[in-house]
Amino acid sequence: MTSVHDWDVTNPVKTNRTGLIGKAVERYEGPLKVTGTAPYAYEVQPPSPPAYGVMVGAAIAAGRITGADIAAAEASPGVLAVWTHLNVPKQAPRGTKAHPRSSAGSRPALEDERVAYFGQPVAFVIADTLENAVAASHLVKLTYDADAPDVDFLARLDEAGQPPGEQDVEIGDFAAGFAAAAVQVDGTWTTPIQNHCQMEPCASLVWFEGDKCIAHTSVQMVKPAQHGLAETIGIPRDNVHLMTRYIGGGFGGKGQTYDDLTLAALGAKALGRPVKVAFTRQQMMHGTVHRPATVQRVRLGASRDGTLDAMSMMTWTHCHKGGNFTEHASNFCRALYAAPNRLTGHRLVRLDLPAAGAMRAPGEASGTMSLECAMDELAEKLGLDPLELRIRNEPAVDPENGRPFSMRQLVRCLKEGAQLFGWDRRLPTPGQVRDGRWLVGMGMAAAIRGNFLLPAKCSFTVEPDGTIVVRQGMTDIGTGTYTVLAQIAAETLAVPLGQVRVEIGDSELPPAPGSGGQFGAATAGSAALMAGMKLRTAIAELATGDPGSPLHAGAPDEVTFQDGVIAISNRSETLSDLIRRAAPDGLTVEGEVRPAQDAQQWSTQTYGSHFVEVGVDPVTGEVRVRRMLGVFAAGRILNAATARSQLTGGMIWGAASALTEANPVDVRYGSFLNQDLAQYLVPVQADIGEVDAIMLDEVDDKANPMGIKGVGELGNSGAGAAVANAVYNACGVRVRDYPITPDKLLAGLIAQGR
Amino acid sequence: MRTTITVNGEARSLDLDTRTTLLDMLREHLKLTGAKKGCDHGQCGACTVLVNGARINSCLTLAVSHDGDEVVSIEGVGTVGRLHPVQQAFLAEDAFQCGYCTPGQICSTLGMLRELEAGVPSQETAPGAKPDFTGAEIRERMSGNICRCTAYPQIIAAIQRAAEEMA
Ligand code: FES
Ligand code: FES
Repeated sequence: MTSVHDWDVTNPVKTNRTGLIGKAVERYEGPLKVTGTAPYAYEVQPPSPPAYGVMVGAAIAAGRITGADIAAAEASPGVLAVWTHLNVPKQAPRGTKAHPRSSAGSRPALEDERVAYFGQPVAFVIADTLENAVAASHLVKLTYDADAPDVDFLARLDEAGQPPGEQDVEIGDFAAGFAAAAVQVDGTWTTPIQNHCQMEPCASLVWFEGDKCIAHTSVQMVKPAQHGLAETIGIPRDNVHLMTRYIGGGFGGKGQTYDDLTLAALGAKALGRPVKVAFTRQQMMHGTVHRPATVQRVRLGASRDGTLDAMSMMTWTHCHKGGNFTEHASNFCRALYAAPNRLTGHRLVRLDLPAAGAMRAPGEASGTMSLECAMDELAEKLGLDPLELRIRNEPAVDPENGRPFSMRQLVRCLKEGAQLFGWDRRLPTPGQVRDGRWLVGMGMAAAIRGNFLLPAKCSFTVEPDGTIVVRQGMTDIGTGTYTVLAQIAAETLAVPLGQVRVEIGDSELPPAPGSGGQFGAATAGSAALMAGMKLRTAIAELATGDPGSPLHAGAPDEVTFQDGVIAISNRSETLSDLIRRAAPDGLTVEGEVRPAQDAQQWSTQTYGSHFVEVGVDPVTGEVRVRRMLGVFAAGRILNAATARSQLTGGMIWGAASALTEANPVDVRYGSFLNQDLAQYLVPVQADIGEVDAIMLDEVDDKANPMGIKGVGELGNSGAGAAVANAVYNACGVRVRDYPITPDKLLAGLIAQGR
Repeated sequence: MRTTITVNGEARSLDLDTRTTLLDMLREHLKLTGAKKGCDHGQCGACTVLVNGARINSCLTLAVSHDGDEVVSIEGVGTVGRLHPVQQAFLAEDAFQCGYCTPGQICSTLGMLRELEAGVPSQETAPGAKPDFTGAEIRERMSGNICRCTAYPQIIAAIQRAAEEMA
């Protein structure tokens, strides 16, 4: 059993003697990435030439496939196989877990004649070349019996129900508190469907070596991918060796595998040769998960001095039929502001849309877009600085459960951000500042995101030449995992960074939960620290027990580590001398971290503040983000550069959520309107001005043995609201229906008589 | 169709399907997988390479139309042991995260710097003026290369650092 008090002891990460922890060291795998030599899944060179698989998507959103004519496709040059549900090789029924402890069940591809969403893979072609496979895929003729798609979220709001197993959370008496409040805000905000648009479309390459299935894919979580594939194709789990060493972005959308992996494996098995399959950019939009749309009603009731008396956030959202995924947009506010009377909850509608899923800062990313704008509106009604309004509602303990905060520096983030940004130059009345054709405004918002620690393992090996090898079934989706693991290893064993090798993204390595929910660095890193500590002990015991060592017969706990040398006072030898002599095959240990049993006694969150300056062109309704500054408090920082990149990345995502990103549903066909990167507007260079992120000094000793917390999602939380508030300050128009596109702004500007 | 293209300084003669894009020729035939496929439709820039010194989306052009051309892909820009100053700057400024857009960003930077030097104007350039090396100019010119990890500020810093180094 672990307690947070077990983490009170000192360790090399805390002491940080060589100063590697926190240092902006260059990315471990960076040289491979900048030279184009890091092989992503589709680029791994298999033992023999691969065949190419291409998926065909359904042309309807709901209904049945009534016929499949594959003759022309089969006769097309170079074609090796054409499958639909009628002739796909056998797979285990959906959800099968032949091994009861599998972390994912069977997910058969081309399962049956039913179509559950537009673009669902319904046929699969394999050919000798990509060109031949693509050409043949156009010759597959499917006929359908289509149902009218049930996809109109707003029309179905009345039928929304509680997500399974959930209840609204009420504290005090919200209705009475709100009714009695001197000043009220009551508004409804909507956020649209968004797509992850990772630059690397999902892809898989599979071949068999005897019974063993060698699978390279692009996925954030290794074990469920390995288990799910084994269950689906009906082979023992150990016979799937799944690798995902370089991943071209995840953001939650690669938290699971898709049919590319299953079909590549079935193809490789059927043909006896490697098969690779990639989603097209167009297929990514429907074929992988998306962030669902929300409708959020926020009600705030305050006294004249700005103290919140009542606060409520209710969120309506959607997932696919048969699913339960819920965008928990209301949850974050439970820990954010004090108010005696509180009500939060969610309602879910099931639609004939593709599966909704987690996308960077699920919950917070959508939820802050309403609450943090409602706070801005409340501040205006009260005649208070929005920054001051937040400070006045700073809780002493978690307002929902009464637990102490493990560490909370929100007010410091707010104050330091304001000062660095020049917030005092903001004029509270909108529309007062002109710069040429631009109306200029400033906005701010708070940021909050939970922090998590999950069970993980990691192994450390010291090789005879003194190299420390870190091995873990962890992933790096651009987050910096390789680099921070190398830093932790080097600091823990006191060797130069160049003496560390990191191997991750492999199902045969000690399991870690992967990348998601900003738990990656804390979880994988803590397991690495534990393994490193065990290796220190093992090395000390080896040296002091070895008659050939100058350290022989010393006390193991007196052994010191420095620059690849171990010593007891003035008796010393190099790590490589010891290992070469006493453990010529190397020395390996495994470490493990588990969440502390008593961690729940504290409310553990990461915090931040956002300050944004925008320009609004009152003639065209165009918005330009001129400056963004975020100040964050997220525990000890392992790498100042990679952490900052995570934070600025999240901030830019927020700006894009506020201004451009949306995928409306075509209710006639049940499809998304935007099916590629020309239509779905992810931000580009010219959209983004100056962006900076500052990290406050912090150590959260209740979070994990290193006192670090996550940053991957924090930057996204609140950033969009700060942009929206800046737009209002610039031109006096509030758009509550995101994104704030020129047409909506112009309508507001015209209504104002501008 | 027999096609001869000089790739990273080496003449390569291949018998190609006329439908094969320059990108797929590099990735699938020559196993030069540095150029990435982000969209296959000219919308993301991940496949950017230099053809006769100019940057191009290699997914939007057929390989057989480049007989006799000189192509430089990221593999020809520098190697792990001998990084080009632009590659070095991307590393130093942490100008990438997942790295999937990065080869395209780097090749695009090389092409863009040449365009700037040649005085090719952009939307940001005042009419009749020679383009300046400002943040706005670079941002405009690099907007054909999407980075979903949104390392945009770091990419600008890297380009500025590299340009100083190369000056
Ligand atoms: S792959 Fe060529 S522009 Fe996207
Ligand atoms: S580094 Fe991931 S898309 Fe640019």
